[in-house]
Amino acid sequence: MNRFYLLLVAVALIGGGVLWFGSRRQPAPPATAPIPIAAADGFHGFTLGSDSAKVEVTEYSDFECPFCASFATVQMPVIRQQLITTGKVRWRYRDFPLPVHQYSRYAALAAQCAGEQGKFWEMHDQLFSNHQWAQTGKNPASLFRDFARTIGLDIDKYDACVDGQRYAGRIQASVQEGEALGVRGTPSFFVGGQLFQGRATSDDFKALFDSLSKTRK
Amino acid sequence: MIRRQAIVVLALVGLLVATYLWLYKIGVLGELQCGTGSCEYVQTSPYADVLGIPVAFLGVLGYLALFVLGLVGLQPRFVADRRVALSLAALATLGFAFTLYLTAIELFVLHAICRWCVGSAVIMTAIWGLALMGLARTPSAAAPPR
Repeated sequence: MNRFYLLLVAVALIGGGVLWFGSRRQPAPPATAPIPIAAADGFHGFTLGSDSAKVEVTEYSDFECPFCASFATVQMPVIRQQLITTGKVRWRYRDFPLPVHQYSRYAALAAQCAGEQGKFWEMHDQLFSNHQWAQTGKNPASLFRDFARTIGLDIDKYDACVDGQRYAGRIQASVQEGEALGVRGTPSFFVGGQLFQGRATSDDFKALFDSLSKTRK
Repeated sequence: MIRRQAIVVLALVGLLVATYLWLYKIGVLGELQCGTGSCEYVQTSPYADVLGIPVAFLGVLGYLALFVLGLVGLQPRFVADRRVALSLAALATLGFAFTLYLTAIELFVLHAICRWCVGSAVIMTAIWGLALMGLARTPSAAAPPR
């Protein structure tokens, strides 16, 4: 019997030690190094919807921004269903990671790397639908890899892309273009090239698009 | 006796696993070591809490109860006590049912697997099997006289 209790103590010590040691191994921190100045690769954001849509909306957004998450999860599904899939509107997503957010640039990088494999919008949805990561303050690198696996990315390619900051220049270019257009916060919208000043709700967008569509007929 | 010892050891391992996941959940650990699984995806999903209580903490309580009950059941005067065998079987059945629910959520709702959760599910299933065998082999007449 005494051997049994010794075994219990050994399991507790070894198991506790393994878990403690394992928890101390952290992944490489998200990119905080200076970002290279705009790489002009001619990229102007991922789009949703028909190229023949009469109206285009450009959204400047930040994956860590709670208002952007709220818009993406509450308003955007309605906009997709009523305006984008019906061919009325084409939607363009531009990155505008705010400097106050610790991981938003890293999230933008993860989304760009998903986009490289044709799954930008799937990663976009993961980042906004599971937005708890933005409130915990924890390094989200491992969670983003989970998202990448969930949406079926080739994880080796994803890792290489993120670790190499392959699209950091593209993200910075998007920020610079947004600043030049007058973007000051997120989410900001441009409808037909004009800054949208209304409320970011699907109803307001629908009313605006309806009026624009009529005037353009 | 051997079965109860095995239950105690398994409950201790399960307690360590659940504690690890709970410490992550409350922010003490910054990252889960998960290999190729989707631990953080599962652990940060809405299903990682039940009525506001982290599932991992429920696991800590469950394994702790099994561990303590198993240790009590190893004491000579309780070895043949059917009440202990019955309590272990009931608690293990509750844990096993909860494990089935969580595994179904992973497979059919989240479409993601957390390796630590799978480990816990295996441990709970083994405890459940051992507890049921223990109950079947503990005759009701063996209860100690008052």
